[in-house]
Amino acid sequence: MTDAKLRGSGPVLDVRGLTIALPSGSDRREAVSGASFSVKRGEILCLVGESGSGKSVIAQAVMGLLPDTLPVTGGEIVLEGENVAHAGRERLRELRATRMSMIFQEPMTALNPVMTCGDQIDEVLREHTQLTPEQRRDRILAIVREVALPEPERIIASYPHQLSGGQRQRIMIAMALVLEPALLIADEPTTALDVTTQAQILTLIQDLQQRHGMGVLFITHDFGVVAEIAHRVAVLRLGKLVELGEKDAVLKRPQHAYTKMLIGAVPSLQTHGRAAEGASEPVLRTVGLCKTYYDRGWFGRRREVHAAQDVSIEIRRGQTLGIVGESGSGKSTVARCIIRLIDPTAGEILLHGQDIARMSAAELRPLRRRVQIVFQDPYRSLNPRRTVLEAIIEGPVNYGVRRDKAIERARQLMDLVRMDPASLNRYPHQFSGGQRQRICIARALAQEPELLIADEAVSALDVSVQAQVLDLLEDIRNRLNLAMLFITHDLRVAAQVCDYVAVMSQGRIVEHGPAGQVFGAPRHEYTRALFAAAPGRDFAFGSA
Amino acid sequence: MPAAQSKASELETLSVEAADIRVTESAWQRVRKNWSVRIGGAALALLLLIAVSAPWLGTVDPTLFDAASRDLVPGQRGEITTLDGEIIKHKFWFGSDSYGRDIYSRVMYGARVSLTVAVLAALLSLAFGIVCGLSAGYLRWLDGILMRFMDGLMAIPAILIAIALVAMWRGSLTTVIIAIAIPEIPRVTRLVRSLVLSIREEPYVEAAVALGTPTWKIMFGHILPNTIAPLVVQGTYICAAAILVEAILSFLGVGLPPDIPTWGNIMAEGRPQFNQYPHNIFIPGVFLAITVLAVNILGDGLRDTLDPKMAKRV
Repeated sequence: MTDAKLRGSGPVLDVRGLTIALPSGSDRREAVSGASFSVKRGEILCLVGESGSGKSVIAQAVMGLLPDTLPVTGGEIVLEGENVAHAGRERLRELRATRMSMIFQEPMTALNPVMTCGDQIDEVLREHTQLTPEQRRDRILAIVREVALPEPERIIASYPHQLSGGQRQRIMIAMALVLEPALLIADEPTTALDVTTQAQILTLIQDLQQRHGMGVLFITHDFGVVAEIAHRVAVLRLGKLVELGEKDAVLKRPQHAYTKMLIGAVPSLQTHGRAAEGASEPVLRTVGLCKTYYDRGWFGRRREVHAAQDVSIEIRRGQTLGIVGESGSGKSTVARCIIRLIDPTAGEILLHGQDIARMSAAELRPLRRRVQIVFQDPYRSLNPRRTVLEAIIEGPVNYGVRRDKAIERARQLMDLVRMDPASLNRYPHQFSGGQRQRICIARALAQEPELLIADEAVSALDVSVQAQVLDLLEDIRNRLNLAMLFITHDLRVAAQVCDYVAVMSQGRIVEHGPAGQVFGAPRHEYTRALFAAAPGRDFAFGSA
Repeated sequence: MPAAQSKASELETLSVEAADIRVTESAWQRVRKNWSVRIGGAALALLLLIAVSAPWLGTVDPTLFDAASRDLVPGQRGEITTLDGEIIKHKFWFGSDSYGRDIYSRVMYGARVSLTVAVLAALLSLAFGIVCGLSAGYLRWLDGILMRFMDGLMAIPAILIAIALVAMWRGSLTTVIIAIAIPEIPRVTRLVRSLVLSIREEPYVEAAVALGTPTWKIMFGHILPNTIAPLVVQGTYICAAAILVEAILSFLGVGLPPDIPTWGNIMAEGRPQFNQYPHNIFIPGVFLAITVLAVNILGDGLRDTLDPKMAKRV
């Protein structure tokens, strides 16, 4: 660390006019066009942009990990005074881990599943140092302790699958920092983590960065995270740097129209404050809904996993009920039980008072169309081999609507979801993520459902597209007087759309009530922890 | 107000998602550009042309015996007496066998058998394999029974099953094709089942369930079309295997009757005289090798273009 501080006072990383070409036939000529920025010692620079903006390409270029199809065609990447844009393999290998390190989004795939965590950190030391095995072991234990992992001895003897997502990310960080690099590149390191874990990892990165005085290039799409961690912010759009400045300046007084638009699209944690009326009959009610998975071993040992326990909710026409929770909380299980993609173990699901929980497939068929669902992943929700038209008319045709009538309706629906009816004959791969999600909504609406379930329907979308789809869902719910069950892990999104909120943790609903009440004055400890962890919760975007 | 509107439209264009609007080549365009596909396809097209136009390639009746022109070496001239008693002067490009039959004619006509067996055996095993694999993969209660049966079938060596079946039913083109197809069915079933198991978890299949689509429509309308690319590739490998197995069966004398010219038959008949007249085995062997190679090259090309994920794994 002292060594790092002694190496002069220039920036750790200075990127000047970096240009990276894309293969011919791509949507644009260059992945990155003339990007210039620097990361100073002891500074966190956040590189923000939507998917396809080229932010990960920049990270790979700095690390020398670009595939041959993406050549650096111009500019310099200066790491501690040395231009590494065209450095040889050997030199880059020496620099990696010692002078610059990287942590990735998905800690499970970034770690080798058949090596213990200790061995993986040890590998770095063996490659780059001449330490004895005892010295290496001391270094490993020290760094594991530093990333605040409990029981370091046990942790370094564990395999990655034995650790939680947050612990794995800590191992990744330990591995990246064990040789005290001057530059840490973090490529969406908390995107795959739950919000509470994310908060801990962000604190850890900040803490380590201050202690070691290294420069951090932090790549993210999440403005909440930016508000939480950044010193300076660089905004990237279609490979071009559109805005660069101090955090407060960029987030509160954005100059470029694109930055303004992005920041304007960040949902606030304030609820919409719309009066929720509760007069009408509930469309759907669950009473004591349970789903238990049994894992029966060969020798009679039985393990039970309670995915959902005693879940009772009700949804009325024109209302949105949000189920909020972290991964594994059972929120998607509830949705899949309600739409009967999986069979509940116990409890009732009352659709207009009629229990559908134990209906056979044949009995259920006429009722299926009344509840429809939109899934999270727009790339997998549409059959790649069917046109959009076929996708939308499939449901009505199943229920005996004549084909020409169904096509007519599909055209109207495309209008409703603000898409061009002329594109009905195209295939899903010709659309962007947001457009596909609109198509999925149209497909669900073609059945004229009474209840629409949105299972993390906007979670995979960029923030600006997310805002548009949320707006569309809101509009549709109002126009068609739908009941909506909105499942999300994102408190900001929940605050925007929900009238009622149920917070789930470990299969149980721990708190539920009107959105204003749950968000304004959370009563349950878990809800409070969830809110406390929401990144950038105290930050007023675009104000001032 | 107009100012506000132009602002809104500006924001709308700013928020266009960049990464996705990409013109991608269609699978067919990629297939046509691939050199393996071009070479393998061209070689196969040539062989198909030979098979179809065998009677017009200067051949004589491949079953015609002529004691006078026995055991000729390639290129020798001789005479052949037709069934009508007519005597034709004929140049034996590939020589003749110990019955005086023209090997050139037999090899040309033999291409018909090889290609027919290859295509029909592949189609037959794919058809059964698809039905079994879809059922086992989608209808979970059927999985155990069906797959244990397939495991049993797989445990018996393919040639052994084929020999047993042909021995039971007498050798004819139909029996040989069935005998070759049956051992391939478990392999196709396993492939289809594994594909179905992953595709059935895709959200678009779940969406179809939620839309009230009947199970058979989901199986054949949603899942099957998404398994086609790997199946086409698998189909070419079955073709190659079928050609070899047919030749092996004929060589072992349990395939098609000796009067039907197949490459395996020609080689089997040439075996006793291999030392003096190696061309009897060598020439049909070369054709066999070229055909199998062409099918395999085509298969590799299709795999690389239709199923890039699979190509990286191999």
